[in-house]
Amino acid sequence: MFYREAGDFKVSYPEDSQTFPIKFDRYRYYLVLAVAYLVIPFFINDYWANAVFVPFLIYATAAIGLNILTGYCGQVSLGTGAFMAVGAYAVYKLMTAFPEVSMLIHVPLAGLVTAGVVTIFGLPSLRIKGFYLAVATLAAQFFLVWLFNKVPWFYNYSASGQISSPERSVFGIIVTGPNTEAWAKYMICLIFVTLAALIARNLTRGSIGRKWMAIRDMDIAAEIIGVNPMMAKLTAFAVSGFFIGIAGALFFSVYLGAAEVGESFGIDKSFLVLFMVIIGGLGSIFGSFAGAAFMVLLPVFLKNVFVGMLGWPTDLAAHLQFIVSGGLIIVFLILEPHGLAQLWRVAKEKLRLWPFPH
Amino acid sequence: MPEQFLFAMEVILNGLMAGVLYALVALGFVLIFKASGIFNYAQGVMALFAALTLVGIMDGQVPFSHIINATFGTELHHFGWHVPALLAIILTAGVMVVFAWLVQRYIFRHLVNQEPIILFMATIGLAYFLEGVGDLMWGSDIKKLDVGLPQGINEWIDVTTFEAFGYGFFIDNLDISATIVAIFLVAALIIFSQYTKQGRALRAVADDHQAALSVGISLNFIWVLVWSIAGFVALVAGIMWGAKSGVQFSLSLIALKALPVLMLGGFTSIPGAIVGGLIIGVGEKLFEFLIGPMVGGATENWFAYVLALLFLVFRPQGLFGEKIIERV
Repeated sequence: MFYREAGDFKVSYPEDSQTFPIKFDRYRYYLVLAVAYLVIPFFINDYWANAVFVPFLIYATAAIGLNILTGYCGQVSLGTGAFMAVGAYAVYKLMTAFPEVSMLIHVPLAGLVTAGVVTIFGLPSLRIKGFYLAVATLAAQFFLVWLFNKVPWFYNYSASGQISSPERSVFGIIVTGPNTEAWAKYMICLIFVTLAALIARNLTRGSIGRKWMAIRDMDIAAEIIGVNPMMAKLTAFAVSGFFIGIAGALFFSVYLGAAEVGESFGIDKSFLVLFMVIIGGLGSIFGSFAGAAFMVLLPVFLKNVFVGMLGWPTDLAAHLQFIVSGGLIIVFLILEPHGLAQLWRVAKEKLRLWPFPH
Repeated sequence: MPEQFLFAMEVILNGLMAGVLYALVALGFVLIFKASGIFNYAQGVMALFAALTLVGIMDGQVPFSHIINATFGTELHHFGWHVPALLAIILTAGVMVVFAWLVQRYIFRHLVNQEPIILFMATIGLAYFLEGVGDLMWGSDIKKLDVGLPQGINEWIDVTTFEAFGYGFFIDNLDISATIVAIFLVAALIIFSQYTKQGRALRAVADDHQAALSVGISLNFIWVLVWSIAGFVALVAGIMWGAKSGVQFSLSLIALKALPVLMLGGFTSIPGAIVGGLIIGVGEKLFEFLIGPMVGGATENWFAYVLALLFLVFRPQGLFGEKIIERV
């Protein structure tokens, strides 16, 4: 009834190839954009920005990046944390070296740097497959974290070994540093996540995305029908690295403010983003958002319940949080291995038939 | 003899000992991966959990005392008895069998035929869950584990090598006993899998699930069995590492030490796990000794991975892994 292709006539080629060809999808998309850009910035406060919205948007960007690599191209990566660190350190070096340049330029540049690094670490994927590759990406994780710890040039020889983001602005509005307003933090993340989602969505619809999916489904068969596996895999690594780098840059400069590489970009982060992708749904841009929302909201929710409502000590609550999130992940995988995106697909299928069940 | 050479010899020996411990953890991975195709990230946390349970039983701790105290306002901590080490080990092994059954019954039975990555994620979920349960049951403070293994420097080796080379090698007694235990464990595993009915069934399942099912082998039973064995291996690894560096959260990170061993040796090969463990153990100690000081040290975290990675580029299935044959 609401969600249908019938009666939605396309009379020109651009109309036929637009990003959201179905009306319901398109209006939903406009509505979400309108709420995100025109409503939330006016109501957001520091708590909501720092606890929910900013991490959600940043993790969504990282999840989109990983989803392109793992969900669309089938290359499992456990190095996301370190790749985010590359973005963070790249943006830090850029911010301190060129203070007058806008963040809108620095962040994509950091993304490009990360894309290069990730492509280098993606080279073994041409020989190694499956879990061997997943473990191989751990090499990147440990090596990069070690490198950022040991080479003082990366953290500008600061005594603590930490990097902390200086105050930088976009069009006169401060977006990094301690004096940033909540809405400014939110807006800069929102702009990048919107762009990332739009680019990712269109890349995955196009020929390059089809090549990735062919590689994912069976790389030998894909090679036989004329997909160049080297190009497909390396572009997936590069594009994925670009988004993860942007996420890492924002995570450090806007969200954390100061970061120590082993703590902020450790292997936990890799697993966290991988969880988002799996719970959201492999091979779905919407799933990246859904998974990021789920994994960001879950700890906030659990903490509120355990500490706020039941009044347990915080260390106990932390243990319980481990148990509940671990348990929920397992339950989720058992009930819906294809993630939240699959639930959404099922819902759309129901909407298509509603109110007549057949 | 030049001193540098003697130092290197000592480093190699210590590396071999460390390698045995890595191999012990990797062994648990291989067993489960062979029998059920599950890449069990939770192996390290299983070792932690086993060690925590062992300490808890030996000291007569009240399980979940923390949460009981917080909820009911009681002051429970210890039962006030001490359990002898051997009995405690047997009890802990029993706990690991129950754990294996629970995991099989409530998690992996529902995930049969899912894609490998989904199974892998489920084991990560399990790792988080088990970590939380372990901390909640026994508390998260660092505990000392002493099951009566000899500790400290081995005097005999020290004296003998000093007389022979003029430089006494420092070898920890604990490492020596760990090596002996590991040898016994591997021998027991080999005997079990070669000469017992269940062991043969286990190998059949590892070979081909469907064929094994069709000749009447119960997959469920085999999977519970293999998780139990992995739990037992985790217990042994937990005892060794726990006695060495105390029972604490970082114990679970030995899983990360075992992964490059697996890559090197191949995910499906028991000899591979052992040889891989030794190579990694010696390699990383030697690298840290020779190159480490030049690049700022602490190379042990990543060297094993890079070594395994370089190795895999030339031999994608690992040292002893089955040859990867792909068909369209």
